[in-house]
Parts: sequence; structure tokens; C-alpha cells
Amino acid sequence: MNTPIVELKSVGKSFRSADGTARSVLEGVDFSLKEGEIVALLGQSGSGKSTMLRIMAGLIAADHGQVLYRGLPLYGPAQAISMVFQSFALFPWLTVQKNIELGLEAKGMPPEDRVQRVAAAIELIGLSGFEGALPRELSGGMRQRVGIARALVLEPEVLLMDEAFSALDVLTGERLREEILELWQTKQLPTKAILVVSHNIEEAVMMADRVLIFASDPGRVRDELPVTLSRPREVESSEVRGLIDNVYGLMTAGAMRPGRVSEKEVKLQLGDRLPEADIARMDGILEMLADDPFQGRADLPELAEKTELTDQELLSVSRALTLMGFAHLDHGDIIMNPLGAKYVQANVPERQEIFGRQLLENVPLVAYIHHGLKQDPSGDLHEDLFLRLLRFTLNEDDARSALRIAIEWGRYGDLFEYNYTTGIIQMARKEEVAAE
Amino acid sequence: MTQRKQFFPRQVIEAGGNRWDWVMLPMVLAIFVLLAYGAQQMGRPYQLGETLPLSLDPLYLPYYLLRTTLRMFIALGASIVFSCVFAALATKYRAAEKVLVPLLDILQSIPILGFLSITVTAFIALFPGNLLGVECAAIFAIFTSQAWNMAFSAYQGFRSVPAELTEAAMVFQLSPWQRFWRLELPFAMPGLLWNMMMSMSGGWFFVVASEAISVSNQNIKLPGIGSYIALAIEQRDLMAIGWAIGAMLIGVMLYDQLFFRPLLAWADKFRFEESTSETAQTSWLLNWLRRTERMQGMVLSFGKLLERSFSFFRLRFDGTSVRARPLPHSSTPERIWDAVVAAVVFYALWTLIHFIHAEVGWHEVGRVFVLGCYTLFRVIILIFLAALIWIPIGVKIGMNPRLASRAQAIIQFLAAFPANLMFPVAVLLIVRFGLNPDIWLSPLMILGTQWYLLFNVIAGASTVPTELRYAAQNLGLSGWLKWRRYLLPAIFPSFVTGAITASGGSWNASIVAEYVTWGNTTLQAHGIGSYIAEKTAIGDFPRIALGIGVMCLFVMGMNHFVWRRLYRMAEDRLHF
Repeated sequence: MNTPIVELKSVGKSFRSADGTARSVLEGVDFSLKEGEIVALLGQSGSGKSTMLRIMAGLIAADHGQVLYRGLPLYGPAQAISMVFQSFALFPWLTVQKNIELGLEAKGMPPEDRVQRVAAAIELIGLSGFEGALPRELSGGMRQRVGIARALVLEPEVLLMDEAFSALDVLTGERLREEILELWQTKQLPTKAILVVSHNIEEAVMMADRVLIFASDPGRVRDELPVTLSRPREVESSEVRGLIDNVYGLMTAGAMRPGRVSEKEVKLQLGDRLPEADIARMDGILEMLADDPFQGRADLPELAEKTELTDQELLSVSRALTLMGFAHLDHGDIIMNPLGAKYVQANVPERQEIFGRQLLENVPLVAYIHHGLKQDPSGDLHEDLFLRLLRFTLNEDDARSALRIAIEWGRYGDLFEYNYTTGIIQMARKEEVAAE
Repeated sequence: MTQRKQFFPRQVIEAGGNRWDWVMLPMVLAIFVLLAYGAQQMGRPYQLGETLPLSLDPLYLPYYLLRTTLRMFIALGASIVFSCVFAALATKYRAAEKVLVPLLDILQSIPILGFLSITVTAFIALFPGNLLGVECAAIFAIFTSQAWNMAFSAYQGFRSVPAELTEAAMVFQLSPWQRFWRLELPFAMPGLLWNMMMSMSGGWFFVVASEAISVSNQNIKLPGIGSYIALAIEQRDLMAIGWAIGAMLIGVMLYDQLFFRPLLAWADKFRFEESTSETAQTSWLLNWLRRTERMQGMVLSFGKLLERSFSFFRLRFDGTSVRARPLPHSSTPERIWDAVVAAVVFYALWTLIHFIHAEVGWHEVGRVFVLGCYTLFRVIILIFLAALIWIPIGVKIGMNPRLASRAQAIIQFLAAFPANLMFPVAVLLIVRFGLNPDIWLSPLMILGTQWYLLFNVIAGASTVPTELRYAAQNLGLSGWLKWRRYLLPAIFPSFVTGAITASGGSWNASIVAEYVTWGNTTLQAHGIGSYIAEKTAIGDFPRIALGIGVMCLFVMGMNHFVWRRLYRMAEDRLHF
């Protein structure tokens, strides 16, 4: 029962950033996936959980450490490890039948045997009648069923699911998840272990025997939470609710800086990534917090339900709010600060002013841009200057998104202006007048 | 299949084919017979210097049409194979990509006539005493007018396969052979097909030059529409030109209906967008074929054969095998390869400089550059004028969906129509009114390629989101403001795409358009095109090479410094 199938031993992975320096995305991960268990990986975006999944799938090679399959080294994709993709990754020009056959055909299995195996898988996953359809004729839920059948027909020992339900609407995703769990529970799946990457906390708690929580920069396993509840689990039961709360607490703990487990807000560094949160969403959450029924304090899972934001989005917004000093986190609850209350009361120009002030104080990147503009005689700088700086600590995408967020916030805080076409950041006109 | 047999009487199943099979049978047989006949005629014995019989009698035209079409399809087949091999190599091997992509960039800016003048002797020597050598030279010339854009489109397609699909192919253990047929080629198919159609049209334009080979003191006219036209021009027979135009129209229509339409309709399943919203192409022929039983069975059995090859060329080991163990990364081979490439490039440059110094002299180089500037000036003015005319018209048509779908078919047809057939008319007019050839020959350059401009503008205008249209109406935008703020930015990306094709085509056409003959009247404009054409006529190899080289530089320079930048700008900022 407890034989490990895939093991990672102090696995690390780094990517070369634009200037040629290695940037670590995964560090010192020890993990083993054992027979008979479902494990869920949770974490913020960029925490390396997807990278870890791909290392286990043999899609990318680890730079450090060892990857073992049944105790022997794994160098590339293995037949016994199969995968379900977030965007389904179906071949649009092949029918459902041919898509599911793909892996068997690649193996060189004779057509008669293939047809039999596919028929069985189609039956199991509930796709009967759709054999001849092209993927584009199917709804999202049906497409993902094809993706799952395609993986299961190979009778893999390990099934990897890369956010398999996140591209589906909530209802469809939940139903599909329930069905998979039922098949697992009744031992109808050929699979011996499942690894699920998710950013939905409820999904992780409902499915897994173990939840691994990832920290970012560099990505590593921060916490491991065993879930011993018997299946089927009830979403509304107090045990599940408690666990979800617990996970929220663990995930928000020390979200700002790596290596520290505390809910205290920690100063951000210049080269850090910024939480993906737009202004309207921050405003909305603050207003909701100030109002009934929350009155300044809200349970994050409850807030997620109320706002219909995904966990990922909600966590980003709450990180942004703590960062700005409008709120703070405590055991999975978000609590509004006096400044946040003042902000909610204020009118739009006042809000912008408060926002701008908080930015200069708490977001070094914005402060640095502002400082640079003030010093520069022409009062404008090209965005590439800052991008180059960010590339030292972040990869290309993260650097771009950090700068984009800084610019968006800075514009709202009336600190500077930005020309999209030329890529030039300019001192805000109001300040120019004041300076003169 | 086995289930169905239980419900039908035995005779019906076993009798073979249904009525659709019987309808299609004569057609298929006729095509086979024609192909066999045409192929047989291509391999006739032939001695150099012998003149092939050629007649201006319109009765011979169907035969000539068959020969020309056969050549074009052989060239198209070669182009497809070339494109696939090129794309597969360039995407699989980094080292190959480094050489192949710039090489293709150079090749595609070499004027087509240039290839012909250099390769014809070699091809004739390849098959002594047989017509096949000359045929090969002609086919090769057509190939060079078709292959490059197809190869680029295949390469782009192969490279832009979505990451998740590639990962899925790896997870499911597809071998390179399986991946090529199951993933890469299907993904590149729509772009490749579209470029095939453009290539076919491009091929017609050079059919005269490639069939009536009059380079390096050879004067061979292969039986075909191109030679027919060449002969008609020599004999100043306007009537024959008219017949040729007619035959060509029929030819274009036939292969459009019998080849491209069914292919397009069939390839509809390769569209990657997951929605079905776009109106699908339909083809009566494909519908027929799909109703037949035996014929479809025969075609499908080819597919079966391919699938059988999959199990032969499969991966023999997976990631757990020691054979999958990655070799320690070493950059030495890569460095050596880079050094070799650099050495070859330097050697080529050195030879070139030496050659120019010894054979033609630097003064000549300067002169050719000045001529190149004339042609450049012409191309720019013409694109500008064409834009001025076609943008308003294209926008009008594109904004009206019903008009647009009808107009697209007509314009596609016009693009396929070889504009050089109009040249004799231009010569007559210029001579008649004593016009300046430097000015009045220029419009001929863009005659054939302007359609790409119009075509793309229509496509761009028809994709302007409806909300944007309403918003513009609502704001009461009108006059110049409407163009500057709304319409021009909206169609800019597609305009650039069209202009790239049009400008490339114009350079190529300048060789034909700046040097026009009608019987023994020869009109010549100053420019690099006429320089190349003139030197080709007298077979002056060093100067042909010089002209081609300089034109290459101009085209590549324009691509790099103008079009690519505009294109990137359009991609980055101006799209919906």
C-alpha cells in the first residue's frame, strides 16, 4: 500500500533569465507519490507546482537531485505515467475515438485491440455516442472527459492532473471531479496514484489524501497537510470547512516574503513580483469588507464564495491589500485597518491620493520609478530600463507583469503616466506643476 | 461495418460501389488517362537545337493546357515535399535552422528568372537526348516561384504548435514520425493550403518565362500555354492571345473546382479555432466523393497504410530506459558548427568581392545600384498609389458582408490571372501614343500583385468588430477623422500583410515588366529589372548574377527595415 511509485529527491530546477543568470523556480523538493493515494499541490502562481508536475511527467529534466520511478531513474515521459491537461490538449482534427486511441496507436497496438480498449474507456468515462465527434463539437466538460479517457486508456500507474477542472465552469468541474472520485473509490480506475495540481483549495481538500502547499521564490514545499476524512466528503461538513480554513491560513501565512512563516506584513523588495490585483477589485473587496455582514473582518473562504473570485484571485487581492496597509491577515481571516476604512469613506480624488501615498511607502518598485522620474530632467523614462532591472530577479513574464502592475497602480495613485505605444513612463502632470 | 451487413441484402453489400461510384468513375478514369498521356509526352526523345512543333491553332490549346497544368502540379508536389522537409528539419535541429532560415530568406528574394538562367544547362545535361531535361528545367523554374512562401508558412506552422499539444504528444509517446503526421502537419495545414493557392497563381505569372526558355543562347519552346503566348507575341497575333486567355481561365476554373475547393473543404477540420462559427468551405466534388463507397474506400486505404507505418516507426523505449538518458550538455559541436557556417559565409563573400572586381568592375556595381534605386522608387510609388485606390474600395466591400464573400472569389480569380498577358496591350498603347516607357511601363509591375492588397484590405475590414462599428456611428465620426481614428488603424495589420506580398511580387515582376517585347518592338524602362532581363537575353552570366545579387539586397533590405517593422508594430499595438 505504501510503496512509492514516483520519488523526487532534493529536486531543483532553474531557468535562464534574459540576462543569462540562472533563476531558481524549484528548490530542494523531496516528495514521493505512493500507491493508493491522491495528492494535491496547492500554491500561488509561480510557485513551481506546475514545474514539479512536469518534472514528474518527464517533460522537463530536473537540474539537481534525482527523479525515480519505482526506484529507477526517470529520464523522460514514461508509459506508466499519464497526464490530463488544463486546456484539454486534444487534437482538434482527430475524432474522439482517434484522440483516445492516440497513446495506444503510438505504442503500436493492433487496431482491433485498440478499439476494444477505447470502447471500455469510453464506457467508463461516459462518452458513449460521441465516438465520431470532433472535439470542437463538444462542450468543455465533454472535452475534458475525452482528455481523461485518453490518459486512462493507457492504464497508467500514475495519473497527473494539471488544473484539470479549472477551465470548466464550477458546476461542470465539480461533477466531473465527483465522478472521478467515485471511480477511484470503487476501484474502477486502473490508476494506482493521482497527483492533482490545483489552485482551488476546496477541490484539493475534497480530493486529496495529502495536500502539499507550495511557497514561491524559489518554489518549494512549505507545508504538508494530511486529510484523513473518509470519502465521500461533504463540502458543507464542519470538518471540510475547518480544513479549508486551515489551508487558507497556511497559504496566506508569510505570503509576502519567503522563508518566514508569519502573517505580519513584511516589507517588499524592489525586485519582487507584485500580486496580480486590479484596482477595481481591491476597491470592491474593501467596500464589501466595510459593509454588512463582515463589518471589517471576513473569513477568506466565505469572502471567496460571496465575491465569486477564485482562490487565486482572492489571495492576490488580499496580498495587495495587506501590502498597501489597508488590511491585515490573521488565521485565514482578513481584517480591515483604520486606513482601509478611511479609504472606503473617501471620494475618488482622495482615494487616489491615499493610494499614491501608500504606494510610495510600501511598493519599492513604484517608489523607484517615481524617484527616477523626479531626478530625470526630461521627466520621462523608458519602461525597458525597469524591465532590465526586474529581469535580474524575475523571469521575462513575471518581470513584465510586475512592471505592468506597478504602472497600473502608479497611474491610479496619480504618480506617473504611461504611453502604451512608445513605452515611456512620464511624470504625472499635476506633480510637474507642483514641482515648478 | 460488420453491423450494417446484417441489415442489408448480401448482394447490395458485395456488388461493389453505389451509384455515386458509377458517376465518379468516368471522371476519375478520364483524369488518369490524361495524366498518363501528358506524362508520356514529357519523356520524348529530343536533341538540343531541334525545334518542337508549336501551332497557334486554338484546337491545340486543350493539349497545351494539359501540359502546362501537369508541370505546375508536379512543381506543386515538389514544393509540398520541400516545404515539409524544410519545416521538419528547421524546427527539429537548431543547427539546421541557423542555416536554412536565412538561406530561404535569400532564395525567396532571388528573382525566378535568375534560377532559370543558371540551372537550365545543368538540367539539360542531366537527361541527354531526352525532352525530360528541358521539362525539368521548366518545372524547376515553376517550383522556384511556388516553394518559398509555402516553406515559410509550413515552418511558421510547425513552430507555433501550442505547447500543451506538444507536451501531450510527448506524454503519449509519439515518435517524431507520428508527431509529424498527427500533430505538426495537420496544424500547419490551413496556412500551407492557403499558400499553395497563392503559389499556384504565382506560377501562372511565370509560365511564359519558364516554358519559352530563351536564356543562355538556348531557344526552346516546350509545348504549353506559356510557349503559345510567347509565339503569339513573336508573331503579333492578338487573336491568339485572346484564345490563350480563355484557355487559361478555363484551366484556373477547373483546378479550382476539381482540386482546391475539395481540398479546402476537406481541410476545414484542421482549423485550430475550436468554434464552428466561421462559414465552412463547401465543395460539390468532395460531397460526391464522400457519398461514394468504393472510391472513398480506396482513398481511405491510403490513410490506413499511413497508420500502419505509425506502428513501424514508433518509439522503442520510454523515459525509464537508459537510452533516454540525456547526454551531458556540451556546447563544443555547436561552436564548431557556428565556426563552419561563418567560414563558409566569409569564403562566399570573398569570392563575391573577387568576382565583382575581376569580372564586372566596381563601376558597374554602382550603376546597378542606381538602377535598383529607380526600381525601388517605382515599387514605393506604386504601392502607395495602389493603396490610395484599393483601401477605400476594399473597406467599402469589406464592411458589407454579402458583397465581401462574392468579391473574394472574384479577386482570388483575378490574382490567379497572369497579368503579363496584358503586356502586349500596354506596348501597343505606349507605341501608339508615344508615351514614356519609364513611366508607363511601371504600372505593369503591380498589375498582378495589387490584388493581394485589395484582398487583405477586404479581409481586414470584414473583421472589424461590430461593436466598434456601432461606436463609430454613434460618435458620429465622419470624413478624414473617421479614416484616421477608426478605419485606417483597424485595417492596418491586414494592409501590411497585403503590402508585403504585393511589394515582393512587384520586385519579381519588374524583370518582366520593365522589359517588354511585342514582335520585334522592345520597350525598356530604366531599372534593375530590365537590366537583368536584358543581360539574360544575351546570356551575360556575370552581369545576371550581379543584377540578381543587387536585387536580392534591395528586397531583403526592404523586408528587414520596412515591412518587418511595420508588421511587428501592427502585431503589437494595432489589433483587436
